[in-house]
Amino acid sequence: MRSDCAALLLSLLAGAALAADPEPLLSQSWQFQQRSGPALYASVCAGCHMPEGQGARGAGAYPALKGNARLASAPYVMTMVMRGNKAMPGFAWQMDDEQVLTIVNHVVQRFGPPGSVGLKATDVAALRPQMPRQEPFP
Amino acid sequence: MGRRGGGAGVYAAMSFLGLAEASPAKPAFSLGPAPKGASVLVIGAGVAGLVSALELQRAGYQVQLLEYNDRPGGRSWTLRGGDRYTELGGATQHCQFERGEYLNPGPWRLPYHHHGVLSYCKQLGVPLQPFIQVNHNAYLHSSSAFGGQPQRWRKVQADFQGDVAELLAKVVQQRKLDEPLSDEDRERLLAALRNTGALDSEMRYRGGFAANKRRGTEPAQDDGLHMVSQHEAPRSLHEMLNPEFWARMNESRDFDFQTPLFQPVGGMDAIPKALAKAVGPKIRYRARVTEISQDEQGVVARYEDMDHPGRMLSAKAQWCVCTLPLSILSQVEIRVGEALRDAIQAVPYFAAVKVGLQFKRRFWEEDEAIYGGITTTDLPIMQIGYPNYGFHGRKGVLLGAYTFGTNAHEFAALAPEQRIRETLRLGAQIHPQYPAEYETGMSVAWHRSPFTLGCFGWWTEETRKRHYPAMLKMDGRIILAGEHASLVTAWQEGAVLSARHAVTELHKKAVGA
Repeated sequence: MRSDCAALLLSLLAGAALAADPEPLLSQSWQFQQRSGPALYASVCAGCHMPEGQGARGAGAYPALKGNARLASAPYVMTMVMRGNKAMPGFAWQMDDEQVLTIVNHVVQRFGPPGSVGLKATDVAALRPQMPRQEPFP
Repeated sequence: MGRRGGGAGVYAAMSFLGLAEASPAKPAFSLGPAPKGASVLVIGAGVAGLVSALELQRAGYQVQLLEYNDRPGGRSWTLRGGDRYTELGGATQHCQFERGEYLNPGPWRLPYHHHGVLSYCKQLGVPLQPFIQVNHNAYLHSSSAFGGQPQRWRKVQADFQGDVAELLAKVVQQRKLDEPLSDEDRERLLAALRNTGALDSEMRYRGGFAANKRRGTEPAQDDGLHMVSQHEAPRSLHEMLNPEFWARMNESRDFDFQTPLFQPVGGMDAIPKALAKAVGPKIRYRARVTEISQDEQGVVARYEDMDHPGRMLSAKAQWCVCTLPLSILSQVEIRVGEALRDAIQAVPYFAAVKVGLQFKRRFWEEDEAIYGGITTTDLPIMQIGYPNYGFHGRKGVLLGAYTFGTNAHEFAALAPEQRIRETLRLGAQIHPQYPAEYETGMSVAWHRSPFTLGCFGWWTEETRKRHYPAMLKMDGRIILAGEHASLVTAWQEGAVLSARHAVTELHKKAVGA
């Protein structure tokens, strides 16, 4: 019991320290180190889908997320984030389950049609075993 | 441990990409005569498209090219003062580099065994100069070793090899090796270890004359002619077991990075410029291809004339070599079979970012005696590349960041001025001169590039098995080429090899038709 309390206290302290630290612009690992929805979006998604989810068009296009009807389905967004699609890389192995949950729900709530329903943590855990293992490098 | 999954792995992968095989390209490549009146549409005027067009034209095919950019080369590209670059999202950077200074945002080096690309340099008279891959006076840097102080390559290498040789020598002397050695071989091995590690007569790595011969010394304080040699204590093995050090040193031993490597004098775009000149005025620039269809008669590509937005034109030929990156091609309506369509959609694009920084003076040469080469670091900038040209010039452009994967996605998401700010902030941990000497910079985040939407095709063993054979196979009148359709991904040699493969297959079919 005492050790449980100590562990809880430690995790609370760690959480407080995390909350106090600003989210990094650049991670110091292969894993993304941002934790909040807005920070994950700004670091992982905005490079292509753009800061306001407006997408972009050149020789090819990055689809807009803003007003995108497909975002009504959180499982669809989760699959995009984890597995990727066509030229879009999947990020399953650069984020833990909690980060996937956070970014998917952030994107759905921010850009999806009104009333879109977010994911549960168990949804991410259930999909993960189906992800082809993508080493940072072969 | 921190980022070790990242940096060290990145380098391992970058070398894996080359598959450690010498390119089979032969200097003399020739298709033989084309059927009379045969025509080919080449889509994309990067290295793969230009080589395809040149070889087809030499064989007598009528060739036309469509290119999205207003220049040849694609990713084989050089930014100089006066250039303007607008990335996806609309941010425009105006390059203000001094005359003669440049940044190669894409490929920047040519291994000596990339025979295909080198053969075009030779044929077309593209002058080359050495690319300095290893500079023993550049740094190996880890923020978690030696208090974050950058270490000279020569010292880390000498100390690492010295300590390891000393340990191994002890084992050998104590006869603890499982492998039985004859007495003679044991003595020979000890001699080799002594020499390899620069050990003293007691088989210890303790600095002194033998070690200094390898690790070098810092400039003497006096006139340097007197016998007061420095005997700096070698570094501890513990700190050098940081993978940032051994992984980087070993990377340079990989086949792809063994010296000599080369770079075109004045910038990488000398290669596509020479190819485009040889091809002649057959390239239609600012053409955005939206649809590629084929039937028994030939191939038709529909494209938007970007000088007149919304105006759709079409180009026709009997055959087509399509070199669009898969990131673009997967969004183009293309009439091909299911296997090729699946392959086109199966390959994600890897992220990379380069940042070029111009400084008022070449402090790396003046203050630190670093002439060309690369410093590596576990910071998110990953590498600092020193210009391999213009030594002792007044100003200079450094490659301030060359970063991949996670950090590259993060850099891409920053505005260009933020990328510069972060690159300066991090690089100053290695070169404190940065803030005082910085003048101007440029960044290219490949996922923001309007013409590629990414850096290169990121194949895995699994996708290779499932989709690579279809990628190489001619589908009716269409065949793909580009680094993505090769085993040498991310290198221009891959583009050359795949172009030669594509035109060979096409030619076989055209002659047989």
